[in-house]
Amino acid sequence: MSHAAAAVDHQHHHEEHHHEEYSYTGVTNKKVMMWAFLASDCMFFGTLISTYIIYHGKSLTGPYPVEVLSIPVTTASSFVLLMSSLLMALSVAAVNRQDIFQFRLWIFLTSVFGAIFLGFQSYEFTEFVLKGVTVQQNLFGSTFYTMTGTHGLHVAIGVFWLFSWFVYSFFGNMKDKAVDIEVAGLYWHFVDIVWIVIFTVIYLVEFVGVKA
Amino acid sequence: MATEVKQHSVSPHNHHSELSFWRKYIFSTDHKVIGMQYLLTGLIMVFVGGFFAYVFRMQLAFPGQGIPLYGKLDANAYNMMITMHGTIMIFWVAMPLLVAAFGNLLIPTMIGADDMAFPTLNMISYWVFFISTVVLILSMVLPGPMAAGWTAYPPLSANGYPAQIDFWGSIGGSLWILAVALEFVAFLIGGINFLVTTFNMRAPGMKLMDMPITVWMMNIAVLVFMFSVGPLVAGAVMLLFDRSFGTGFYNPAVGGDPILFQHFFWFFGHPEVYVILLPGLGMVAEVIATMARKPLFGYKAIIYASIISGFLSFIVWAHHQFIAGIDPRMAVFFSFTTIMISVPFAVWMFAAIATLWKASITLNTPMLFALGFIGEFLLGGVTGIYLGASAFDIYAHDNYFVVAHFHYALIPDVFFGGLAAIYFWYPKFVGRMYNETLGKVHFWLTTLGFNMIFLPLFYNGLKGEHRRIFDYSAWPSLMSADMTQNRVIATVGMLILCAAQIPFVINMIHSARKGVKAERNPWKANSLEWVTASPPPHGNFETYPSVYRGPYEYSVPGREEDYWPQHLPQ
Repeated sequence: MSHAAAAVDHQHHHEEHHHEEYSYTGVTNKKVMMWAFLASDCMFFGTLISTYIIYHGKSLTGPYPVEVLSIPVTTASSFVLLMSSLLMALSVAAVNRQDIFQFRLWIFLTSVFGAIFLGFQSYEFTEFVLKGVTVQQNLFGSTFYTMTGTHGLHVAIGVFWLFSWFVYSFFGNMKDKAVDIEVAGLYWHFVDIVWIVIFTVIYLVEFVGVKA
Repeated sequence: MATEVKQHSVSPHNHHSELSFWRKYIFSTDHKVIGMQYLLTGLIMVFVGGFFAYVFRMQLAFPGQGIPLYGKLDANAYNMMITMHGTIMIFWVAMPLLVAAFGNLLIPTMIGADDMAFPTLNMISYWVFFISTVVLILSMVLPGPMAAGWTAYPPLSANGYPAQIDFWGSIGGSLWILAVALEFVAFLIGGINFLVTTFNMRAPGMKLMDMPITVWMMNIAVLVFMFSVGPLVAGAVMLLFDRSFGTGFYNPAVGGDPILFQHFFWFFGHPEVYVILLPGLGMVAEVIATMARKPLFGYKAIIYASIISGFLSFIVWAHHQFIAGIDPRMAVFFSFTTIMISVPFAVWMFAAIATLWKASITLNTPMLFALGFIGEFLLGGVTGIYLGASAFDIYAHDNYFVVAHFHYALIPDVFFGGLAAIYFWYPKFVGRMYNETLGKVHFWLTTLGFNMIFLPLFYNGLKGEHRRIFDYSAWPSLMSADMTQNRVIATVGMLILCAAQIPFVINMIHSARKGVKAERNPWKANSLEWVTASPPPHGNFETYPSVYRGPYEYSVPGREEDYWPQHLPQ
């Protein structure tokens, strides 16, 4: 597109839709912002996960991860979190076609599944503390709680965010909110992907070569 | 191309009603006000950081004597002051001044937008920064302030891992970590805002390669910051846990590794150098092209070089740790990348010099600072190449050679670059001209004072003057006549540098009230911020400009005027 043609396009844009935001690239501002934030957050989680890996096997005292990590419980919680991503996708699809009833249903279930995951995590943390794994106990405790705790905090923020959209849908107009839901969805999927990495690297790899 | 473009006469953003004082100047969402808030906070913090430098330089030249305005300095306060001097100058001066203030002022006006993409978020960014400033100041006055150097290496920064944690007795240091983390949150919010704004809100017709170099540099800096800040925040959180809850992330006694913190710190810390440097390079290039009345030489080459330097900045960090006992094979790799990263900046240097070649140069204050930048930064850059070689670095790293080196890199950038920008855009954002004579006095005194401080320190460093020593009189070999004399020269230079800022402050305050009213385009520059009124109104433009060409079309043959603004149709 030539300079001038782009200019004309822009004029129309400005004159006809004063309320719609102007975007040079066509991607909405909120989406660009969320992608940028997630890129940065990626490095943050990357650091916490690599710290866990670097200190793996460096704890001077027990309990050691192989003694406390429970694959069955975490498999269940991981499944719940993964399913919440599916529900999130359904919510985004529903709001895109303005099916408010389905949107409410799916977004409610997404946040409930997120909350169930948090319940699993609280159960896991309590169990670990009873087995003697505290933040101060050893490097495993320090790195494990910092990493999974940060992830849990992300999930908690997500649950709160999604649930407030559920509440909002009863009072506010969802007509021009599709982008906001999509952005919340990006965040939710990201938190999910991080968990897949944590589950693989921290839980599954721990038991490679260990006879059941 | 002959399509007629009808400028819309009424901007959709001009219907704002009159705002109260609080919404207009304090909790404003206008990017110009926020930029000014960042600028003023940064300038106030310069004086705090500068005061610390004054106190410890006096102590170094005249150990053990009472210091005017302060009194006798003890070793703990000395350590606290060098820590805070570094922290403040990097995080509370360089970042807000070069990145946040000028990013806010320039990005929307240069790309022809009415404001940032997220004005409210922008306001939140400043106020988080403000809170972080308050927390930082609290951290200095509460018990147990951080005194482990601005790099805060454990175990020193974790108080040596005591058996009993004294939470309240070491609250100052913990607040210091909190302040730094909060500040990063502020800049992350602000930076993402810059990125989205540049992505989506450019004036119609402004392709990426039509953006002024400053906008490019700001955005490359933001990208570098975005990808590097996470590791440091994570590392800082772990250090905070170590100090407060008795974890042992960096405690060798329980299997932790103190070097890991150094990796986290410098994985951020080195890219941070470029986060600060790139906006400075962009703004200086802007001043040089305008005052030389020539197209910026190698505009695209500079951009590509800067992008490459952004990538390289992530794989040079361990050159800060050559003396921390890293594997020599790693040292070879990091030496190689470190020396390689000087190439993109050499590209910039050559481009700047080529722009000046055979130009008709206007030697006003911003241009003097810009030229000063080229000369002084060269010295910082070249000594950086020495230090990149690990064999030399092992000798020079912990002495004043390194101190002189990074001051020769940062002061040209933050002060010469920053001041060039302040003088250059002063007429635009204040609406009045500064006083040229006072400006020149400011430049020459600053240059004199700055070189007087740090040239002698190169010499003292090579003679073995170790860093972070409170009183050299305990080391007779460091008290030779020439070294003592150099310390005094440096301190006198520091006093000159402090005095040099008096004409600056007078100039800024006086000209804002009594200066000659500035025209829209006093420098006859091309980019979009010069199209609008000085200072730009709320919403920036009366009619939103469209862009028809790049920003550096100076002295185009066949044109009557020697400049060709971006917004003028053919």
